[in-house]
Amino acid sequence: MGRGFLAMLGRDLRLAYRQGSDVVLALAFFIIAASLFPLGVGPDPQVLAGLAAGVIWVLALLSVMLSLDRLFQSDYDDGALELMALSPVPMTVLVLAKSLAHWLTTGVPLLVLAPVIGVLLNMPADGYLPMIVGLAIGTPTLSLIGAIGAALVLGARRANLLTALLVLPLYIPVLIFGVTAVDAALAGLPVRPHLLLMAAILAAALPLAPWAAAAAIRTSFQ
Amino acid sequence: MATFSGTDISCIRGGRLVFDGLGFSVSSGGAMLLTGPNGSGKSTLLRLMAGLIPPTGGDLCWDGVSVDEDPEDHRARLHYLAHAEAVKPPLTVAEDLAFWQALNGSDKPVAAAVDAMGLETQSALPGRYLSAGQRRRLALARLLVSEADLWLLDEPSVGLDTASLAKLRKAVSDHRAKGGMVVAATHVDLGLDGAETLSIDQFAVDPALLPAM
Repeated sequence: MGRGFLAMLGRDLRLAYRQGSDVVLALAFFIIAASLFPLGVGPDPQVLAGLAAGVIWVLALLSVMLSLDRLFQSDYDDGALELMALSPVPMTVLVLAKSLAHWLTTGVPLLVLAPVIGVLLNMPADGYLPMIVGLAIGTPTLSLIGAIGAALVLGARRANLLTALLVLPLYIPVLIFGVTAVDAALAGLPVRPHLLLMAAILAAALPLAPWAAAAAIRTSFQ
Repeated sequence: MATFSGTDISCIRGGRLVFDGLGFSVSSGGAMLLTGPNGSGKSTLLRLMAGLIPPTGGDLCWDGVSVDEDPEDHRARLHYLAHAEAVKPPLTVAEDLAFWQALNGSDKPVAAAVDAMGLETQSALPGRYLSAGQRRRLALARLLVSEADLWLLDEPSVGLDTASLAKLRKAVSDHRAKGGMVVAATHVDLGLDGAETLSIDQFAVDPALLPAM
């Protein structure tokens, strides 16, 4: 089972690396969308500083969501997902490996880029640490919950739009605690409770999301 | 000596009863040839045997034990070759086979599978440069890196030239000689000596005889 997990992880990372454009597009979206805000709300540093945490988090959600079709769609289209489902490795383990590969190729680059966006939007210095830690705990959850949505829409037309409708409402708790963690830090309040709540969501998603996504994948073959 | 059997199997697809009361049995070293016109349910039966779709009625058994009791065990002993070849454009032939070998928890050497399907010169070539016949041979080579007893082959010969067809025949007969079993839906001669023929037509249901739903 461990061998199957590593094989799946290695294959998805290799595919993402060789088809680099998929990863770069999601990140380019993150940067370009963030740079639209100063143009839209005006260049006032005070206004931008107030918006920074919210903008970064919302854009992180959207970037992750835009890259979700990479998780299962192409494997579904070319028949690989069927073969994976027929391998002796449980589908939940494979979904976990695929989600981890997705997080490493989407969540981690976002984590690196987020401080740059923070500077761009004049985020106060105290906000960086809680934002980074929050993203580090929150983005794996986004990949895991996203896997459920990506699995549910397999075989559907306009799958991307449908994924957004299914997944974005489920992302709300992560968004709320991610932003309030930064706000708490800026107001001099304790950050820990917010981060712990995010960790709790991750702890719940870790076993539940692969299980739900695996069930959805099995249904998609019928 | 293992036996894979099905009794009284029926299947409804898209609101249509595809077949009903279908029974079969294959033993180690045996083979079964599925015949029937297009749309008669050959692929459906193969997918059903693989466990991808549940039968509407009836039982699939391995050595008399229902496969539903341990689906993971059942998946470990079969390999399903579908129409779709699942070839990834960026992955080389050797990488592709190494991945499926690991996923199937098998120790069968990749190099031997590459040789057996005549893909030596393409071994380091990414999937996007493979021709239709080479892609099919890559899909067939995956059979040889899995330790599955039961091969479910859906039109395995599509796109193969005569030489490759001979390699497929040899792979199939070697597999049977080692005690494996083969169920194939095909229109060409795969050299399945002594294979039972299951004509799906005879289990087809005449819509006129069905009670109105």
